[in-house]
Parts: sequence; structure tokens; C-alpha cells
Amino acid sequence: MADTLAEVQKQEVHGHDHDHHDQGFVSKYIFSTDHKIIAMQYLFTGMLMGVIGGYMAYVFRMQLAFPGISVPGFGQVSPGEYNSLITNHGSIMIFWVAMPVLIAAFGNYLIPLMIGADDMVFPRINRLSFQVFFVSSVVLLLSLFVEGGGFGGAWTSYPPLSASGDYNLTQLGASLWLIAVALEFVAFLLGGINFITTLMNSRAPGMKAYDIPMVCWMIVIASILFMLSVGPLLAGAVMLLFDQTLNTGFYDPARGGDPILWQHLFWFFGHPEVYVVLLPAIGITVDVMATFSRKKLFGYKLVLYTAVATGVLSFFVWAHHQFIAGIDPRMANVFTVTTLLISVPIAEMLFVMIATLYGGSITLTTPMLWALAFLAEFLIGGVTGIFLGASGADIYFHDTYFVLAHFHYTFFPIAIIGTFCAFTYWFPKMFGKMMNETLGKIHFWGTIIPFNFIFIPLFVLGMGGQHRRIYNFEHFPEIAGPEYFQLRQIATIALLIMLAFQAVFFFNVVMSWWKGEKAGRNPWRANTLEWTTESPPPHGNWPVEDLPTVYRGPYEYGHPDREEDYWPQNLPG
Amino acid sequence: MLELVQASTYAADIDRLILLIGVIVGVWFLLAEGIFFWLIWKFRAKPGERTQYLDGTEKHVKKWITIPHALVLVCDVFILVGAVSVWYNVKQQLPDADSTIRVIGQQWAWTFQHPGADNELDTGDDIFTVGDLHVEVEKTYHFQLQSRDVLHSFSVPVFRLKQDAIPGRSITGWFTPTRTGEHDVQCSEICGIGHGVMAARIHIEDANTHAAWINRSSAATTP
Repeated sequence: MADTLAEVQKQEVHGHDHDHHDQGFVSKYIFSTDHKIIAMQYLFTGMLMGVIGGYMAYVFRMQLAFPGISVPGFGQVSPGEYNSLITNHGSIMIFWVAMPVLIAAFGNYLIPLMIGADDMVFPRINRLSFQVFFVSSVVLLLSLFVEGGGFGGAWTSYPPLSASGDYNLTQLGASLWLIAVALEFVAFLLGGINFITTLMNSRAPGMKAYDIPMVCWMIVIASILFMLSVGPLLAGAVMLLFDQTLNTGFYDPARGGDPILWQHLFWFFGHPEVYVVLLPAIGITVDVMATFSRKKLFGYKLVLYTAVATGVLSFFVWAHHQFIAGIDPRMANVFTVTTLLISVPIAEMLFVMIATLYGGSITLTTPMLWALAFLAEFLIGGVTGIFLGASGADIYFHDTYFVLAHFHYTFFPIAIIGTFCAFTYWFPKMFGKMMNETLGKIHFWGTIIPFNFIFIPLFVLGMGGQHRRIYNFEHFPEIAGPEYFQLRQIATIALLIMLAFQAVFFFNVVMSWWKGEKAGRNPWRANTLEWTTESPPPHGNWPVEDLPTVYRGPYEYGHPDREEDYWPQNLPG
Repeated sequence: MLELVQASTYAADIDRLILLIGVIVGVWFLLAEGIFFWLIWKFRAKPGERTQYLDGTEKHVKKWITIPHALVLVCDVFILVGAVSVWYNVKQQLPDADSTIRVIGQQWAWTFQHPGADNELDTGDDIFTVGDLHVEVEKTYHFQLQSRDVLHSFSVPVFRLKQDAIPGRSITGWFTPTRTGEHDVQCSEICGIGHGVMAARIHIEDANTHAAWINRSSAATTP
């Protein structure tokens, strides 16, 4: 039944798309229903937001290292502006960079191409998803310029601070921020429906569950996690919006509400959200690692099952963000157990990735460097998480720079390294040209080395008792000494260097797109289906009469029965 | 490294727990990164050499995953026991108090209510201060943590103590200072534009100094 339904939908989609062939620029690139165009829209919007988020980091890091200076390109930073900058930096990097790029852009681009479909199952819902996302981005950016300034209550937006303009002094900014976040969730619900349905129904003939490339699985598992976790937060966001605008008292203890309720709803979403962005990044890196080590993935099912186990467990760990928030102290014990348990599947996944290298033939291309860097850096994020998941140690570390450094060691590998890994790997497919390897490697080292110099000092500062979201540490004598300031300055200077090196990346993209060497269909000699069509793929991905059929799994590298060291999924025999 | 003194009975316990976790995850981390970089070096592409075809389901290969997997679980148990015992001591039990103080957060200052000469809260001789908490060394204190407006977090790094304050509730906790000195009190939960100036000092005094401070302050506040 499902197959026939999918067929009917496919035909409808196709019929619909053929009507659009001769349309102009606007309908082709702005209101397109083609999954590849929508992917590009998400990719470029996400990258633009990433530049804005990076600019914010630059401004507040300058203020922290050199308090009171007039920051070039911004001016003096007031406490209100500082709070708004850190709040929106966090929100943007998670909701408007990590999610649109890793899930929406690469999900849209890769899923149909990697499973041999001509497009998403619901192309018009797909278009709507981007349009809602675009509106949410505009609302967020506008919220920075309204009266009172942008919202400054942290990306976690805890009430009562976030619930009342009397407390946060940014009545309008807070409401617009909340509306933007809610709209963004709606966009990803629409996109997620599409990813899940497409993977279930539109796979090429012969592609069984264990023949699906890992990145597609991961994006779909992430979409399922997102859909299951976001409901409570959307409900919570509506209540918070009512508190802000209609003066209701859902989170106001004086009127029978409870501020802790928001924290439960927020983190019930917020922790699975970490895995929502982590899993696609893992999927990307295992695919890239298999290709450039010419190795079959070590334990395909193991990776898949540990991803599912991580996803399920992630619904039972949320209160580790609230150990000292005033919840029943007995609850902390339960959540310490679940939090430490999640280290098991995650560790196993990383072991599998390391084991994949064994017996391989590793070429250090730029995408491979990014993939290996993901693993090397994410390990630091992983092991430092144990300190915070252990309730007793969290009493001290909670809300210090240790936490901040920890989650940047998870989110930076996920959102930045993962993105560069995927971008450099699939660039030849997306644009039909090879990227310049030398520039790619300069950019790689110019990003990775400064990155460690930003966040290792912040671990040390956190251990020294420096707490988060402070505009100027001079009011706290114990953490205002010169050794503390030196560490802050090292971090800021490293950030400046890292940001400067991003110019190399943009230069490389433009130059390679313009003058790069032609890529051909399969420059990496990879197995998955997207490499069997032209680069860039035409509308519909393959000629209608020539859609691929699948005969084997995606990681058949170095098979003993074959002379070539790779075996594309679509070759018979 | 930035050294921070240990000034409460449980500060050393928390530091020991951090060290325990540090050693366990440190070993894992070095091991994993070591093997990882060794593999990258060892299996670098060499012309004419074929890769091995392993899919990770064979028993003799899979043990390289399953054994570390079991070891991770064992390490988790050690960390868990350490974490829960420290947590229980700091947050779940309440030793008898020699004295009780009240800590009140508001945008953007800490108010401290000391019990005064009669050592009882909410009596006429209570001493209210803004931004300065006075306690006596080696005495066990209960604190009642309250907030007048938004969330705050009462954080004393030298005690390794942190607890959020919630409007509408009074949260009780405890500490026993172990050495005299003057240290930072932070608000570690963002509470608005003045969050960065919501600082206070804790004065840990020996018995004589503390008694003198109570006398001086009572004289100043008694009508």
C-alpha cells in the first residue's frame, strides 16, 4: 500500500514540477519546490546567520577581554546590549545555524539524492518550511532593533525574568524573540515530516533499511527526536508569550504559577535537541570517514542502534540542567544515573568511528581532515560532560565557564566542523567543481588551532570560579586578577584569528565555484547514489527512465571479490 | 592553573570528586586520542596496498568495541557512587545548625539577614546587610534562600556551594566555613542587566571578631 501511495504522490509531484519548467528566476530560485534549491536556500541563510552569530561573539569577547573599550564595528557595549548579544548568539548558533544547515540544508540536499528519489515526498510543504524559517530569521533580526533592544534573558529564557518587561526591560524584544523561536520550530516540524516520510516511502528499488547511508538515517532519527520533544516546549512557549503579553501567571508564583515548570518544558526539549544536531554531524563524519579510509563502516547496525539508544535515553536526562535549580534533591540522583548511562552509547559510537580507520587506506583530504577533527574535538566535549552530569561536581561547575567551554566543545564540532566537513565533501556535487585543497587546508588549520586556544582557557577560568553571562568581571575581586584577564585575552585573540581565517573559506568557495576544476560525477570514488548522477544534479536528479536501483549497502569499500576498491550501490552483480 | 581556596567542610569532597572524574575520563581520553592518531598514521594511504574488508560483526573484531564498552560502564559506576555520596552530603541532608541566616536575592543585590546576638532569626536584634555576609568559622549554618523578583543563584566558589533562589519559595541549605578570610559571593543565574554587578562578599571571622561585629552592628541598628 505504502509503495503505491508513494508512487501516486511521486507522479503528482512530477506532473506539478513539469508545469514549472519555463519559469523565471523568482519562481526557480525563490519559490522553488526543488529539494536542491531549498537546500541551498537553507544553507546560505544558515551561513549568513552564522556570520551574524560570529560577529556577536566577536563583540562580546572584545568586551570581556578589554572591558569598556569601544569595540571596532560596534562601539561601546552596555550591559543590556551585552546580555542581548550573548542571548542572540546562543539562539542563532543553535536554532538558526546548526539546525538549518545540518538538518534542513543537508537533509534536503542529501536524502532524495542518496536514496535515489527525484524529490521530497511533499515538495510544497518543503517550500513552506523554508518560507516559515525565513520569516522566523527576519523576526529574530528585527527583534534586535526594537525599542528597548533585543532580548537579553539568555537563550534558555528562564521566567520570571523572561516573562515580564518590568524585569528584563525588553518587553517587545523578548516577545519577538519568543515568536521567532516558535516559528523556527514550526519550520522544522514541517521539514521533519518530509524527511521521515521521504525516507520511509521513496527509497530506490532494492534499498533495504540497512542499505541506507548513515547520514540519511541520522537526519531522520534526529527529525523524529525533534518532533517528539518539541511539543512540550511549544506549549511552554505559548504560555510564556501569554505571560509576557496578556499578563497571565503561568510562571508567576505570586499567582499560583511555577517558574521551574518552564525549565522542565524547556530542557525536556533542550536536551534531545543536543542529539538532534549531534546525530546528523555523526552521520556526515562516518560517511566521510568511510570514503577516505576506503573502509566499510565498522558495525553499521551498531552505529544505528547506538544512535537510537542515545535518542531514547536523551528523553530521560533533562533535569541534569536543573540539579541546583531547586528541584527535589532526590531527583538529582535519578538524573545522574541516566546522564552517565548516555555516555555508554555515545562512547560506543565514537569507538566504532575510531575502529573504522583500522585496516584502512587513509587520505587526508580537506573533508577527511574535518571529519577526523570532529572526532578528536568532540571527545573533549564528551569527557568534560561527565563532570557536569555527576551531580556532586555540578554543584561547583554549574553556570561557570566550564559548562560554557564544555558545550562549545560539543557544539563547535557539531555545527561548525560538521558543516565544513559536509560542505567540502559534497561541494563537488552541489556546484560541479572541485574546491581548492591548499586553501581548504589553510582554512582547516586556521580554524582548528585557534578554536582550541579559545576554549581551553575558558575551561581553566571555569575551574577558577568564573561564572557565566557577566558583563564585566571587575566587580568580583577574586576573578578580576591579571592571570584571569590574560586568559580572557588569549581566548579573544584566538577568536579574532579564527574569524579572520574564515575569509579564506569564503574566498575558496567563490574561486572554486567560478574557476575550479570540473568535478565529474564521482570525484571521491564513493559508493552512494548521489555520486551516480551529474554534478550538479539536474531537476529530478536522474532521467525519469533511469532512476537508480540498489544492489548493496553504502560502504562496500575494498571488497575482496572486486578489483576496484569501491562498489557503487547501483551496480548490478 | 588558577587556585581557589577550600573554605567549607565539603569543598575538599567536591574537589576530590572532580579529581576522581578527571583521572578516569583523562585516561580514557588519552587512550582514545592516542589510538586514534596512531591509526591515522599507521593506515595512511600507501600505493598499491588494499584495505581490509571488515564489517565489525565478527566476534574476534567486535571484542575491541564490546570490552571497552563494558569498561565504560564500570567507570560510570565509580563516578556515580562518588557523585551521589557528595551530592547527598551537600544537598540532601541537613546537619544540625549552630545558627541560621537568611539570604535574599533581588535585582541586583544580595541582602543578608543575620540572627544577631540572640542567635534567632526574625527577632528585633536581627542584623540586615546588603552585600556583606558575616559568618563565624567552624560553625554550621543553615541558610534560607529567597528571591524577591526573578531567579538568582547564590554561589560561593570557595565553599563550592551553589543554589538557585526562586521567588515564592524558601530553600534551605547548609555550610560550615573552615577558614577565615574574605571571599566573593556571586549571583550565577542571569537576572537582568545588573547581573554582572550582583556581587557580595562573605566575611568568615574567628569567634572574637564575629562577636565584635555583632556588638558593633547591634549598637548601630538598635533604636
